[in-house]
Amino acid sequence: MLFWTTVKASLKSLLASAMRSFLAMLGIIIGVAAVISMLAIGTGAKKSIMDRVTAMGTNLLVVRPGQSGSHGVMSGTMQTLSLADALAIAREAPGVRRIAPCVGGSVQLKYMSQNSRCRVTGTTSTYLPIRDFKVARGRAFTEPETDAYARVALLGPVTVDNLFGVNDPIGQDIKMNGINFTVVGVLKAKGDQGWFNPDDQVLIPYTTAMKQVLGLDYLGEVDVHVREGEDVNKVLDGITALLRKRHRLQPGTPDDFNIRNQADMIETFNQMAQTFSILLGSIASISLLVGGIGIMNIMLVTVTERTREIGIRKAIGAKERSILLQFLIESMIISGVGGLIGVGLGVGAAVAIPYFTTQFVTLVEVQGILLALSFSAVVGIFFGFYPALRAARLDPVEALRYE
Amino acid sequence: MIIHAENLVKTYVLGGSTVRALDGINLDVQEGEMLAIMGPSGSGKSTLMQIIGCLDRPDSGQYVLAGEDVSRLSKDQLAEIRNRRIGFVFQTFNLLPRMNALENVELPLLYAGMSHAKDRAAEALRTVGLDDRMHHTPNQLSGGQRQRVAVARALITNPAILLGDEPTGNLDSKTGDEIMALFHTLNEKGRTIILVTHEADIARHCRRQVHLRDGRVVDGIKVG
Repeated sequence: MLFWTTVKASLKSLLASAMRSFLAMLGIIIGVAAVISMLAIGTGAKKSIMDRVTAMGTNLLVVRPGQSGSHGVMSGTMQTLSLADALAIAREAPGVRRIAPCVGGSVQLKYMSQNSRCRVTGTTSTYLPIRDFKVARGRAFTEPETDAYARVALLGPVTVDNLFGVNDPIGQDIKMNGINFTVVGVLKAKGDQGWFNPDDQVLIPYTTAMKQVLGLDYLGEVDVHVREGEDVNKVLDGITALLRKRHRLQPGTPDDFNIRNQADMIETFNQMAQTFSILLGSIASISLLVGGIGIMNIMLVTVTERTREIGIRKAIGAKERSILLQFLIESMIISGVGGLIGVGLGVGAAVAIPYFTTQFVTLVEVQGILLALSFSAVVGIFFGFYPALRAARLDPVEALRYE
Repeated sequence: MIIHAENLVKTYVLGGSTVRALDGINLDVQEGEMLAIMGPSGSGKSTLMQIIGCLDRPDSGQYVLAGEDVSRLSKDQLAEIRNRRIGFVFQTFNLLPRMNALENVELPLLYAGMSHAKDRAAEALRTVGLDDRMHHTPNQLSGGQRQRVAVARALITNPAILLGDEPTGNLDSKTGDEIMALFHTLNEKGRTIILVTHEADIARHCRRQVHLRDGRVVDGIKVG
């Protein structure tokens, strides 16, 4: 009975100063909306990364020089992976369908007066099926061209846009670090993957890349396509054994290369996305915290304004607990209603964001909503407690005398 | 005996100097009495009213209310005593502005955790003659009507004493007389009433008057 009368009285007093109550609520509304939409962006990013990574297939192994264990961060200066290693993997390792040796670097491209800086990958034509690239126009370079150190290039669609605009690039000559190359084909767009854009790169034969463009005699990575039906981990072990033998590593010394499979990469990206989500969520939580301080401020003002009312209630027999509860209910109504409005706004924003920008994919999860709501309830109780305690502790004589 | 107070002392520290608001007050009140506590401002009558009303505790001395020693109770225990044993009627009415008459009168019962509060509140408003104003908020009522609501609220828990602090101070003389008449009717039905006032006119309504000066009882006059 007393509880419902108290709730009713709280609602009345909140409505009596509706503007002020709304402003106090606004902090929570914005905070909850921010948490939900930020988490939606985080979850969406995670999902789109996972979709793309899994689309690349789970039968890809990537061999890179350098030690593993540094959470996927490679040192590109390691010179332990040679072309001979790549050929040995193709020839001797069991369960390998095909390989693509790769060297990478950054180059300056020039066509007429247009300049563009982009990533170059020197590889073989097998790179395309392994990495799930398709040729949109023209053709890929061939094995004889690779063997002949041909100066032919396959361009990503973004690179084509940058250099050629609306012109047809096929058959045109471009300069790469001052060397003439003929454009033989254009890749089909894959879409930006966040950490690097596969549509803004140029593919050339690894032979040309190593000897003429980049001047390297070691490889950056070897992509290995595992044969259908083979156990990926067994193939990985086979390659490890082969490379250790070729590099003459003593038992006990660590590998001077590392091999990652798709499952590892999925795990890594998962962790990245998780970190991303936590970061966004915690930034948004700060606004929820600020909203809580706003509630505390308003509640302190309310308690002061209603000192006389508190005195009256105490005179007719209200105990400290009843007064405490009354003001806690008020602050919880503010944060609860604010939280619900915030959920509405946050979900609305998450749905609306993809209409305004293609940069973000959003995905609202029930856990995110529950998290934001319970956080806002905690904020209401936590920041409402001190003002409510002050009200409860007021001396009835002093409170009745208050004008 | 409904009130037995012995050697009540209360001191305040005001700006570094100690003020003895109550300096050894002895007071006995019989059940069914109507009593006026009088005195100029600074005489300690407000402090005495606060202690009799259990809003505050004496520094020393003993206060027995309806057979229970309440001089050393905790704050929450005092709240319970105020709720059950004491009905306050204030000079400025002290109704809650956002609640209607019925809800105001019902509130002490809710704090007491009692059921059928609405029915009993309506009954109490009927006894003070306000059965047609139950759903009006205080600012829709006249001063006299507000004080009647306050009296109904004071009576709702059937308290041992009705404590009036200048209950006619904010009313015109005609309405004041009506409220005093109401107190008389209640007193005739056996209710113990203590009025704190500085108006001799009001005090004359009471059979017994207690005069305070400098925190002491100067004399106790019994009229007729």
